[in-house]
Amino acid sequence: MEFGFTTAAYVVSAVLFILSLGGLSGQESAKRAVWYGIVGMALAVAATIVGPGKGLWILSVLLIAGGGIIGWIVAKKVQMTEMPQLVAAMHSLVGLAAVFVGYNTHITMGHVWDIIAEHHATGVLPAAYEQLSGFSKIVAHKSSVELSILKVETFLGVFIGAVTFTGSVIAFGKLAGKITSQAKKLPGGHLLNAGAALGSLVLLVIYVQGGGAWALILMTLLAFFIGYHLIMGIGGADMPVVVSMLNSYSGWAAAAIGFSLGNDLLIVTGALVGSSGAILSYIMCKAMNRSFVSVILGGFGGATGPAMEVEGEQVAIDAQGVADALNEADSVVIVPGYGMAVAQAQNAVSELTSMLRGRGKEVRFAIHPVAGRLPGHMNVLLAEARVPYDIVMEMDEINDDFPETDVVIVIGSNDIVNPAAQDDPNSPIAGMPVLEVWKAKQVFVSKRGQGTGYSGIENPLFYKENTRMFYGDAKKSLEELLHLIRM
Amino acid sequence: MKIGAPKEIFEGEARVAMTPDSALQLQKLGHQCYIQAGAGHAAGYEDPAYEKAGVTVLPSVEALVDEVDFVVKVRPPVESELALLKPGKTLISFFYPAQNGDLLEAAKATGANVIAMDMVPRISRAQKMDALSSMANISGYRAVIEAGNNFGRFFTGQVTAAGKVPPAKVLIVGAGVAGLAAIGTSTALGAITYAFDVRPEVAEQIESMGAEFVYLDFEESQTDGAATGGYAAPSSPEFREAQLKKFRELAPDMDIVITTALIPGRDAPKLWLADMVASMKRGSVVVDLAAERGGNCDLTVKDEKIVTENGVTVVGYTDFPSRMAAQSSQLYSTNIRHMMTDLTPAKDGVVNHNMEDDVIRGATVVHQGAITFPPPPPKIAAIAAQKPKEKVKELTAEEIKARDHAAFKKQTRDQILMLGIGAVVLLGVGLVAPASFMSHFIVFALSCFVGFQVIWNVSHSLHTPLMAVTNAISSIIILGALMQIGSGNFLVIVLAALSVFMAGINIFGGFMVTRRMLAMFQKS
Repeated sequence: MEFGFTTAAYVVSAVLFILSLGGLSGQESAKRAVWYGIVGMALAVAATIVGPGKGLWILSVLLIAGGGIIGWIVAKKVQMTEMPQLVAAMHSLVGLAAVFVGYNTHITMGHVWDIIAEHHATGVLPAAYEQLSGFSKIVAHKSSVELSILKVETFLGVFIGAVTFTGSVIAFGKLAGKITSQAKKLPGGHLLNAGAALGSLVLLVIYVQGGGAWALILMTLLAFFIGYHLIMGIGGADMPVVVSMLNSYSGWAAAAIGFSLGNDLLIVTGALVGSSGAILSYIMCKAMNRSFVSVILGGFGGATGPAMEVEGEQVAIDAQGVADALNEADSVVIVPGYGMAVAQAQNAVSELTSMLRGRGKEVRFAIHPVAGRLPGHMNVLLAEARVPYDIVMEMDEINDDFPETDVVIVIGSNDIVNPAAQDDPNSPIAGMPVLEVWKAKQVFVSKRGQGTGYSGIENPLFYKENTRMFYGDAKKSLEELLHLIRM
Repeated sequence: MKIGAPKEIFEGEARVAMTPDSALQLQKLGHQCYIQAGAGHAAGYEDPAYEKAGVTVLPSVEALVDEVDFVVKVRPPVESELALLKPGKTLISFFYPAQNGDLLEAAKATGANVIAMDMVPRISRAQKMDALSSMANISGYRAVIEAGNNFGRFFTGQVTAAGKVPPAKVLIVGAGVAGLAAIGTSTALGAITYAFDVRPEVAEQIESMGAEFVYLDFEESQTDGAATGGYAAPSSPEFREAQLKKFRELAPDMDIVITTALIPGRDAPKLWLADMVASMKRGSVVVDLAAERGGNCDLTVKDEKIVTENGVTVVGYTDFPSRMAAQSSQLYSTNIRHMMTDLTPAKDGVVNHNMEDDVIRGATVVHQGAITFPPPPPKIAAIAAQKPKEKVKELTAEEIKARDHAAFKKQTRDQILMLGIGAVVLLGVGLVAPASFMSHFIVFALSCFVGFQVIWNVSHSLHTPLMAVTNAISSIIILGALMQIGSGNFLVIVLAALSVFMAGINIFGGFMVTRRMLAMFQKS
């Protein structure tokens, strides 16, 4: 192989990528892990520019630099609460890039078609082959079976890339609040998606049989539609699953492109990213006790019977009451949710935490796996607000401690603290693991109004005897609280 | 209204129905308070203390009853007291209307109203005026103290330089209010405490007080106490036999036995028989809190303390609350005061004897010249019926082993199945695909495998950084674009250049944002 050096560099890059993902198992090792990733990427790009991508390398470097500056600025400026939409936006770029690269493969194939035909007919590589360089040369060398496979790979790469692209754009819109986050479907619902997918399959057959560019373009349009319609039909609270699913897709797209280009590093990395996203999706689905299919198909499964009657009434409390309870409490657990992110209340929460900790009280955070709009969303927000990560607990770590907790403050979360998941077998969220906050001595719920959560079901927690509703915008409520506690 | 407390005339009764403290509270409700001279003396409340609290001290019971509208007492009235009552006056005291039918008739004849403190229904709202409970609490405490007084040894076990002292073993029969109070006192003194009750649902309460619940091997659905307003119901002869058998087993070991078993409206059940007393050790003590109603112990003599031939002391006092008169007067007068609070809802000194109110209706036994006993059942059920709890079965070592083994086998089976399917799929692909594809495919399969192994270890809190990193890494697609950018075709160059540009954004943006996020995670 003339690019022996490149291959060697790719091996090192692949190892570095694996180490990079593996290093994310702990907060401290993660800081090192990012550098592995950066070095791996730099090595891969450099090796490619020096090796197989030599043509127009100046243009390449300029473009990377230009894109890099934009990426740098965006990454510097982005607010931590905007992290979900940023991640979604970046996925869309990968998706679109995959589509373009796939198209290029197709164009290259057409470009060298004469050579291939001659090669197949005579069994000897024509003289023109020697004038080709880089990728075209590899393509031109392929046998007819290999070409069919190449076509399938290209087709798949474009398809997944296109779905990722529009899906991510829609997810970005929903997360940024530019599109309504409600689940919306065109008439025909999932039949449309199924139809489009079936159409794509037919087009694949046509394309492999020699169907030309129109099949590829038509399929791309169908895939764009699938991405758009699929994500439109999924509501805001399911976004953690959607984003990790798109993450997975972008990986598979890269892997498919890797196959078509015969590039092992692309395959390795794509597979790593793809499986990472798939596992994240699985973890998120499990945390909601729902199957992946039901999340993707949108909406909650129909209730199997009448929901349990909720008895009692919601009792409101003012900031003074909460402050008094906090002053008397020894152990406090804070349960943040999407509402905290929306109200940008994480700094007030952090200040409250350090103040209470300063008085010798035990303050901890309980994070449900699907709290927020992105896997690990709450952890990042709390970290930004300088809440130490060793007091931020996972659901399984803290659920047994609620009975010994004096005060629980629920800030902007609803379904993840809904006791109906355990008590009411007819509830749409029955069986979903929840934080058992109601077992604490006292629960305060900071909430904007009396509405229901994302799933649209009543939360019996709000009616419990030991629950008090602390109505109002989370940030304002907490600042009022801080003022009272400081006195 | 004017409220007055006469001196108790029952022999040995030291309690009083009004204390200076309760009088102050009553005055806040708009009432005036009166007391008979010397009424509080035995409980340690002297007349000047009452006067200081704004209570008018009257010299005789006649003057007192004549002056006031409400007569508050502890013991049920005797005839001489009843004779003083007139229509329009109200008597509040213990009355035991079910046992005192004649007294009830006599009270009716006077035309006065009678509120019986022992008839306050057992509902949450009325707990504050539940005088039976507050007196039972004192009895339970005092029973242990009385037992200790007659018991020649320590309660708590000690190892001293002068030798080892074993802890006393105490059995408490009946875990009502008195029983629970006795359990609390006994465990606080350091004795090993056992407790028994016919109502299985109190096992939890008993254990929460630090005693051990004595279980019977008896297969019968015992009546839930909730059905009888929280009190015990009579048990079947078979159950009683099982119970006595258990007691016989325990008797030789016990140093102190305190029996508190009472069934509403009946004589006390005989639970501690003569042969059990005979089998007890010399120096042991039996305190029978049910002595007033015949006693739980065969040998109990009401109001007396006897010593049996084998040296067991059997205490049959019935005046435990009166033996702690200061404490019991304070609690009883508070119960009375709460009753008056309910009777004067507007806090303006005007009594509204509301017969629609569950609590007042239940406690009133004579109203406007008519007997209103027994009351209709209260509108609110006293205690929610307890759902039977399913016990989690403890697994034996073998079962755990078997379970683990089964799980291991299942895991092995699953893994082999998965590997088998994987191998078949790979082979299937290998049959049709050319070698150049297969070499890539193996890389792909292995990468997926590595990815799955690695990602499971990523901590939950780092999921967002993980997404950002994988996002940056997935821009590896730039390699494809870089390889194509030099292929000469204009359209290819344009598309490839765009891809390189976008991937460039992604690489830098993804890694930068990850670093920013990770830098924020810090230890406390």
